Amino acid sequence: MNDGRDDFEQRLAKAREAAQGGARGTATSAHRSAGAAQSAINLAMRLGVELVAAMVIAVTIGWGLDRLLHTRPWMMVVMVPVGMAAGLRNVVRAAGPK
Amino acid sequence: MAGQMDALGQFRLLPGLGPLGRAIDFTNSNEAMLASAAIIVILFALGLRSRALVPGRLQALVELLYEFVRAMCVDTIGEEGLRFFPLVFTIFSFILLGNLIGLFPYFFAFTSHIAVTLTLALFVFLFTTGVGFYTHGVRYLKFFVPPGVPGWLLPLLVPIEIISYFARPVSLSVRLFANMTAGHVMWEVFAGFMLLLTAGFGIFGAIASIIPLGLNVALVALELLVAVLQAYVFAILTCLYLHDAVHMH
Repeated sequence: MNDGRDDFEQRLAKAREAAQGGARGTATSAHRSAGAAQSAINLAMRLGVELVAAMVIAVTIGWGLDRLLHTRPWMMVVMVPVGMAAGLRNVVRAAGPK
Repeated sequence: MAGQMDALGQFRLLPGLGPLGRAIDFTNSNEAMLASAAIIVILFALGLRSRALVPGRLQALVELLYEFVRAMCVDTIGEEGLRFFPLVFTIFSFILLGNLIGLFPYFFAFTSHIAVTLTLALFVFLFTTGVGFYTHGVRYLKFFVPPGVPGWLLPLLVPIEIISYFARPVSLSVRLFANMTAGHVMWEVFAGFMLLLTAGFGIFGAIASIIPLGLNVALVALELLVAVLQAYVFAILTCLYLHDAVHMH
């Protein structure tokens, strides 16, 4: 009974090794190109949304501050460049090296 | 009605569950949410019924899902990420099922409503912020102060960091909502082309409408990819934000 169990573990380890080697050997190139194309679309979508989202937040904050402080349009004028910078910061963070 | 396309009509909220639903404002969107939650629970109940050492098909599917999200948690957040595994798994499976059943005719894609995705994203945003303050206390505010920056630049950089932090729920929700809405609108538009062609050019139009039909078939494949990918993106970004909250960079 014990022997059978050991045998199973050995065979499992061997099979896992083979599966890993096989996966590395054959599936990588096709896998990688598909994955790269996919993540490129994904990244493009993400960056666009990222850029706009920061602008939306900045303009909303600027608009709200203007309403509160009656300083229209100066807070929004100040916040728009800050929002652009924040959007770029997010894009760099999303696209750049981790 | 002929010649008119109503590409956004598919997103209209209608009362569900008959007169009872009308009384309590239960809509077809809520029906789809309940359906997706029920499918997950039933799938897991059925899949884990046998608890075999060598899993069958259904159990393998369930285990695959479980281990996929578990690996995502551990890889992104780290070993302590397992604390957040139930949350990430719930979000991932709910959005995944919502996207997938939304692809079927007569089903409602509730992730195509910004109200739903923004609620999910705001929940994630508030939760990660809460985790950050719970783990680090007031020192979590140092998250907004980038390290190694001269002091005179800080009045400029701190607002930028704060805005980029608050942009998170917006980008998280808009991404999911825009992807799902765009796909469903494209389907409807191409299907509308087929009707227009047939109505306008008779038999030649019917033959020519093979082209939009083919495009729609290709779109089904693309939408299947988008549905899974967007659920994955939502979950992995939740993990990333949790990583930031736990480790502060």
